[in-house]
Amino acid sequence: MVTSSAALEPQRYLETQIRWRPVEIAFWLATLLPFVLTPNYLVLASQIAITALFALSLDLILGYAGIVSLGHAAYFGFGSYTAGLIAKWGWGEPLTGLVIAAAAAGVLGYLTSFIIARFRHLALIMITLGLGLLLAEAANSASWLTGGADGLQGVRMWKLFGVFQFDLYGTTAYTYSLAVLFVCFLVARRLINSPFGLALRGIRENAIRMPAIGAPSRAHIRKVYTIAAVMAGVAGALLAQTTETVSLETLSFARSADVLVILILGGAGRLYGGLVGAIIYMVARDQFSGINPQYWYFWIGTLLVAVVIFLPNGILGGAARLVRLGRSRA
Amino acid sequence: MISSVFGVLFDGFAYGMLLFILSVGLSVTLGMMNFVNLAHCSFAMLGGFVTVTLTNELGWPFLASLPLAFVSAALVSVVFERVLYRRLYRASDLDQCLLTIGIVFVSVAVAAYIYGTIQQPLNLPSYLRGSVSVWGQSFGVYRLFLIAVSIAITAVLVAALEYTRFGAKVRAAVDNQRMARGLGIDVDRVFAITFALGSGLAGLGGALAIEIVGLDHAFAFTYLIYVLIVVAVGGLGSIAGSFVAASLLGISDMAGKYYFPELGAFLIYFVMVALLMWRPVGLFGRR
Repeated sequence: MVTSSAALEPQRYLETQIRWRPVEIAFWLATLLPFVLTPNYLVLASQIAITALFALSLDLILGYAGIVSLGHAAYFGFGSYTAGLIAKWGWGEPLTGLVIAAAAAGVLGYLTSFIIARFRHLALIMITLGLGLLLAEAANSASWLTGGADGLQGVRMWKLFGVFQFDLYGTTAYTYSLAVLFVCFLVARRLINSPFGLALRGIRENAIRMPAIGAPSRAHIRKVYTIAAVMAGVAGALLAQTTETVSLETLSFARSADVLVILILGGAGRLYGGLVGAIIYMVARDQFSGINPQYWYFWIGTLLVAVVIFLPNGILGGAARLVRLGRSRA
Repeated sequence: MISSVFGVLFDGFAYGMLLFILSVGLSVTLGMMNFVNLAHCSFAMLGGFVTVTLTNELGWPFLASLPLAFVSAALVSVVFERVLYRRLYRASDLDQCLLTIGIVFVSVAVAAYIYGTIQQPLNLPSYLRGSVSVWGQSFGVYRLFLIAVSIAITAVLVAALEYTRFGAKVRAAVDNQRMARGLGIDVDRVFAITFALGSGLAGLGGALAIEIVGLDHAFAFTYLIYVLIVVAVGGLGSIAGSFVAASLLGISDMAGKYYFPELGAFLIYFVMVALLMWRPVGLFGRR
């Protein structure tokens, strides 16, 4: 009897995790507020949703499986260029374009995941960095295809569902990005609160012990890496479709570093970490856009040092600790 | 054709020696403490700016400013090591990466604030300018000087590591940190000194780099990637490995730019990824 109740425990744990909490519902309702409160900032809001999706995809591999990647922009940019090129070549339908871009990024992710799963530590960091740089250089060299440093011009999107035009105010863009983000979030949430998600956390904690208890680390890493690549590709495709242009910057090291910073600020290994990080980072950057970007990086750098030293689990981790402290006092 | 091959080899080797000076300190400290210090090139940049300020503003001779570039980078790095780095020796790779990348961001912003975002000019003394001709082949004087300095540094480093008591302690700490502690070696102290020396060398490298690759506020980022490639390919804690990897990288980068300019930096990234997949611990690494 004891063994059966012990076997039930992880299942119960997952069941309690999968239940929607009021805070979560409030969070997603609040994402609708920009339509009412700040209708002039919907373009920014759609950028935030895209960045949040990108951070969420990094969270899957970094926060849960413990794979440190300095080249995650490779999949973002690949999805972005795929979606942009399809639209440029005359198929401007957004949803099918999104699916094709996601599939393309997924294939790239699946192929590279065989490399990623073999390495850890410094070699892994360097290989992700190298692959990212490799792809950025390739896109730069193939200017006949990508437009090189000038960016991809001539991307024309059709109306969403044949009805909603992508307008200057970003109403369609934000609705579209937010809906895609929500769907991807549901997928990620289901994935994390499954036995597979638990196995990923096990790999993060001890990659050598996991195979010993019957969970194949490398196969799991390949799966989650491919899924994360698909999501990053979707985020990139959204950016290409809503802005109707693609630049080399989508593949750059700066974008990989930015998304890492965003995720760490918000809190890695928490589903909402990337989302909260994206909101804070993008709003702050928009507010400070008047000052020189060089000085913006001064504050980001200071913040990073402070977070690593004082808030090891990011803003959400710090908030959770405060809540726990408050409860234990009460 | 032959002379162009020779010229590319020479320039590439000189460039590789520069990369070697920039990266050897990181290789040794990474091998010892496994601390991923992405801010290594920030110390190099500091050395570069010290030299620029001394020669341009205060009128020092170029050669006299080099020791000061070394010393100032070493001193500043010790402060960072004692205040920030030592808290994270047992933390994860990720935390170390983030802390040091934060420092890189700050250093780049501070450099842009003080010096602006332009390339820094440097007035070399006349005896380091121009080129000499040997057997119909011309060699840049500054590049010869660079190669001589780096070979001297390599000789001193190897001798110090092999034949001094401190060098023996460093080797012991790189080989097996816990065992070295068990034998009564104060690894933290050895590490702090090695860290300072390595960062000082980076500062010297930054000062020497101005003439070859230029110096601007983004130096800490641009050359970080090259330095990491040298360290990862050469293998952690290996001076010989860094030397070989830096020469290879310098020559292949120069050859790539000369013969396949349309490929850009594609070639060296490809070589790095391929080498790492073949030997994840680097060419000369043991772990």
